[in-house]
Amino acid sequence: MKITEKDVRYVAELANLSLTDAEVQKFQADLDEILGYVERLNEIDTAGVEPMAQVLYAAGGKDTWRADREVPPIGAEIALANAPQPGAGYFKVPKVIER
Amino acid sequence: MDIPSLTIGQIRDGLLARRFSAVELARESLRFAEAHNSATNAYLRFSPERALGAAAHVDEKIARGEDPGPLAAVPVAVKDVIVTKNVVTTCGSKLLANYVPPYDATAIVRLEKAGALILGKTNCDEFAMGSSTENSAFGPVRNPLAPDRVPGGSSGGSAAAVAQGTAVLALGSDTGGSIRQPASFCGIVGVTPTYGRVSRYGLTAFASSLDHIGPMARSAGEAAVLLQAIAGRDPMDATSAEAPVPDYTESMHGNVQGLKLGLPREYLKDLTSETGDLISAAVATLRKLGCDIREINLPATDYAVGCYYIIATAEASSNLARYDGVRYTSRSAASGTLSEMYRNTRGEGFGAECKRRIMLGTYVLSAGYYDAYYLKAQKVRALIARDFARAFAEVDAIVAPVSPFPAFRLGEKIDDPLAMYLSDIYTITGSLAGIPCMSVPCGCTAAGLPVGMQILANHFDEPTMFRLADAFERARAN
Repeated sequence: MKITEKDVRYVAELANLSLTDAEVQKFQADLDEILGYVERLNEIDTAGVEPMAQVLYAAGGKDTWRADREVPPIGAEIALANAPQPGAGYFKVPKVIER
Repeated sequence: MDIPSLTIGQIRDGLLARRFSAVELARESLRFAEAHNSATNAYLRFSPERALGAAAHVDEKIARGEDPGPLAAVPVAVKDVIVTKNVVTTCGSKLLANYVPPYDATAIVRLEKAGALILGKTNCDEFAMGSSTENSAFGPVRNPLAPDRVPGGSSGGSAAAVAQGTAVLALGSDTGGSIRQPASFCGIVGVTPTYGRVSRYGLTAFASSLDHIGPMARSAGEAAVLLQAIAGRDPMDATSAEAPVPDYTESMHGNVQGLKLGLPREYLKDLTSETGDLISAAVATLRKLGCDIREINLPATDYAVGCYYIIATAEASSNLARYDGVRYTSRSAASGTLSEMYRNTRGEGFGAECKRRIMLGTYVLSAGYYDAYYLKAQKVRALIARDFARAFAEVDAIVAPVSPFPAFRLGEKIDDPLAMYLSDIYTITGSLAGIPCMSVPCGCTAAGLPVGMQILANHFDEPTMFRLADAFERARAN
């Protein structure tokens, strides 16, 4: 196997994702299989090819910026309406810095 | 009125002749859809207040002698990844089970402006990640034509609603085939417009360089009317195109005689025999209509699945970072520290497929792998787009299958992610290139499972695509 358990745990750490031991095992096998399949991209010659980050097509010269006009914001009350723990006009989270 | 077979034209005629009111139609449609939902689980939620409010508005316009709009009182089902103000929008995820959006997607605003009734929100794979709608946190959708089979995905609920007749039209979203594949599995029309043709403002982001909103309907003509209503530049989406929107309905009436069509060799080799036979028969029909059909090559096709699952998962891992237990989602009870809150909220909240894609996307973007995977995939994407650009120098449109096989059984592929990914092979190429593509029904297998033919056209050439689809539909009806 190319992908190790350590790799899976490291990537889960980067992604802020807690995984059960069973999930770690499953994703180790899945990632190994899928990345193994993806290896075939190395067969195709891409020397001198510009990477395509976005769909490109011929477009007019007009830029796509919208007018710089004031728009009323939705306001704190509405913005906080879906928060699991709002408080005093803010999103509350567990303490970040220990004293 | 016969709810499951209603057309946009019948609704308009009935309203203007005062045979029924928009409010009556809305009530009947809601009653019918609610009564039949247990057969498919297509809808996650109905929005009666919204539909009845819009219907009352249509009735007032008619009473005042005003034009009630091109979609007056037409019931539309909306995939639950498209936000609707004050109507819960879950994205098929447990994390957003109670999320009430504070705004409407631009497509929703435009639909209601055209007179449409938003009937409800449809089930889908979690955050639109899947090809079967089995990845919904709210249970799978059943194919209305074969209840032991999937409706396709990820817009499976929208496809099932239109096929079942519980909505006349639906909005789906497509990142790698999520409109066309379920349309083909359910025997309806599904359109992925040119990238940028329809504003994505209010479409929950999955892979931003690939995401589209598009129409699902029972005919090409009705899909065109829906696209007309939602297409065009939107200042709220910087990627929406400035290009003028042509009259799609007008463009359908042209002749297809002499239209040059490409048949890509790479798309015809892995078909189940029945799908292959139906596509061959469809090509024969197009030839009879006078189309000039020639075989073409799209040599980068073999690399499309690998390319797509790098780019789409990389973008997804970034887009899904926002579901962290702070602003919109539920929060894990095990949130002692900030880090635990993030990890446990996401670990408990996301389903297996989302986790798999977050893991893959994070891996391919991680230090030391970026060039080997992500950059390489972006270069392969350029080659796939170049294949199409070269093809459209020779032909007016391309015809191909949508899927290598018809609807599969529930559970058949859910434990084999790579097999599931490979089922998208013929739809992800068009998504990567950003060209308009659609699925049109072209017949059924002996077991009664629908098969779709795909039509692909050049950027912004939806008119040619619709013209061909409409001519094909009429030829099949005769």
